[in-house]
Amino acid sequence: MDIEITHVSKQFGTFAALNDVSLTVHPGELVALLGPSGSGKTTLLRIIAGMEQPTMGTVLFGGQDLTGHSLRQRRVGFVFQHYALFRHMTVFENVAFGLRVKPRIHRPREAEIRGRVMKLLSLVQLDHFAKRYPSQLSGGQRQRVALARALAIEPSVLLLDEPFGALDAKVRKELRRWLRGLHDEMQLTSLFVTHDQEEALELADRVVLMNNSVIEQVGSPQEVYDHPATSFAYEFLGHVNRFDCRVEDGKVAVCGGEIVVPSGTVNGDGQAVAYVRPHDIEIFNGAVMAGQPAVVRYLTAAGPVAKIELSLAGDGALIEAEIGRAQLHALDLRVGQPVYIRARKARVFSAAMH
Amino acid sequence: MAGAATSKSRIAAGEPLWLRLLLIALAISFLILIVILPIAAVFTEALRQGIGAYFASFDDPDVWSAIRLTLLVAAIAVPLNTLFGVVASWAIAKFEFVGKSLLVTLIDLPFSVSPVVAGFVYVLVFGVHGWFGAWFAEQGVQIIFAVPGLVLATMFVTFPFVARELIPLMEEQGNDEEEAALSLGASGFRTFLRVTLPNIKWGLLYGVLLCNARAMGEFGAVSVVSGHIRGETNTMPLYVEILYNEYNFVAAFAVASLLAMLALVTLVLKKLIEWRFGASTVG
Repeated sequence: MDIEITHVSKQFGTFAALNDVSLTVHPGELVALLGPSGSGKTTLLRIIAGMEQPTMGTVLFGGQDLTGHSLRQRRVGFVFQHYALFRHMTVFENVAFGLRVKPRIHRPREAEIRGRVMKLLSLVQLDHFAKRYPSQLSGGQRQRVALARALAIEPSVLLLDEPFGALDAKVRKELRRWLRGLHDEMQLTSLFVTHDQEEALELADRVVLMNNSVIEQVGSPQEVYDHPATSFAYEFLGHVNRFDCRVEDGKVAVCGGEIVVPSGTVNGDGQAVAYVRPHDIEIFNGAVMAGQPAVVRYLTAAGPVAKIELSLAGDGALIEAEIGRAQLHALDLRVGQPVYIRARKARVFSAAMH
Repeated sequence: MAGAATSKSRIAAGEPLWLRLLLIALAISFLILIVILPIAAVFTEALRQGIGAYFASFDDPDVWSAIRLTLLVAAIAVPLNTLFGVVASWAIAKFEFVGKSLLVTLIDLPFSVSPVVAGFVYVLVFGVHGWFGAWFAEQGVQIIFAVPGLVLATMFVTFPFVARELIPLMEEQGNDEEEAALSLGASGFRTFLRVTLPNIKWGLLYGVLLCNARAMGEFGAVSVVSGHIRGETNTMPLYVEILYNEYNFVAAFAVASLLAMLALVTLVLKKLIEWRFGASTVG
């Protein structure tokens, strides 16, 4: 089922949590709402679920206007950040809840409820835990119960609020992969909220990047990572080095290198901000034609790429760089060693756009 | 800082034995003097002329009328206050609204107002010469010096008990489980019955128990509105005073012993609930 959000705004008193947001989610998509806290992403998810009513705008499910419909009428699967399992019910009863509260005429027989719950529990690999209480489960297990419970009402839309926020790194990674599989297998339309850019880029078909109550950019993970539309998008997605600079004659001097600014990205000459990804910083052992002197401050080589922190010779600004292990070996870098650095490429935004 | 704190606690732990014994002895003798001795006195005085005289006290029909009235007042006031307590704490814990802190303050008011004042307020409002008394009298409804007045005064004094127990509990539990239930298709009433109520049941029971103990034992507020009509508007605490003033000590202490036993039963139940409540909230 596709979801169409048109010109939705939400005011909490004088605070605008959402400001004229429009978004279309296609059937079968897995979409990430990504942004820092306070960006409005959770408010948007709660409006889609019907837990909040928008101050303005409409929400359409499969072409049907559900703006005035309550949470109960929408039949969406919702997974809460802190699971919100019913603490006094067993795992089995938690999952069965959505079936037991159906109106009498639609309510399945006890045997059918049993069958469906056990099937869902085996889907989330918790069939042995049916008689346990939520307090007797680990965080990852609780999250899976919450998912099974949401899926019991056979929703066509699944909404997840920071689903992996409270889990440790390893469990998070496993659950992520598992959720992806589940989404594909059950042909759901899913939206999840996260502030973790890595999670959004790795899991989603499309990433909706939010900041200050508006959508900054929508696109596939590769699109938003490779072509950030705004300076916020650049800073939020992945590590980045930021340089204040001046555009002159359509060119800008960044970090020793001179870079031609593509026309249309900057409003003429003037103050600007340049962003350089750590892996676009080149490091040289000796003096080069166009390079800036710097000193190696810190160095970690644990992992496939080496992370190097340098301070510029002039103002001592800290620069992050990433180079391959082989290259690190060839350069034979040491902490305290003077080097030259150069930006391979940079993305420039007018300072006024800030 | 940390060093100072640890050395301080070491001093505390190393109190000399005589001081520890003295403090414990003081605490225990205080408890005996203030609590245990009076309760013991109630039972000794009640049984002073033997078990026969004790039971003979209950031959008085006015005693039974006082017991019935006390039970009736509690049976009306406690459920109403339970309902009010649940509704008020639901509103306070789960919604944001203007005047919320005022409501919280008002709920605590009966704790700080003298019960006698509460009783007088009802006389002023509903008495024959009060604001609405005349109107009610025309309708043939008597409030002051009758059961409705006793119920009102008792409700005023006891209404914070349930709400006070539930507000912190509900605030701590938040809205998530209710929202989850609604998203799964449960109605508001079903959500309350199957999700909210089981989560607050021990706190609720605890509040109801305290509310009931106070409702049955209340003296000041009901004394003002009662009018002390024998066999009609005397509750147990009021009747104890009347018997005592008539030098009928055995009967006075016999009725008082019932109230004391109510207190003991409440104490045991309270302990049981605390134990159960504690067990269910761990983990």
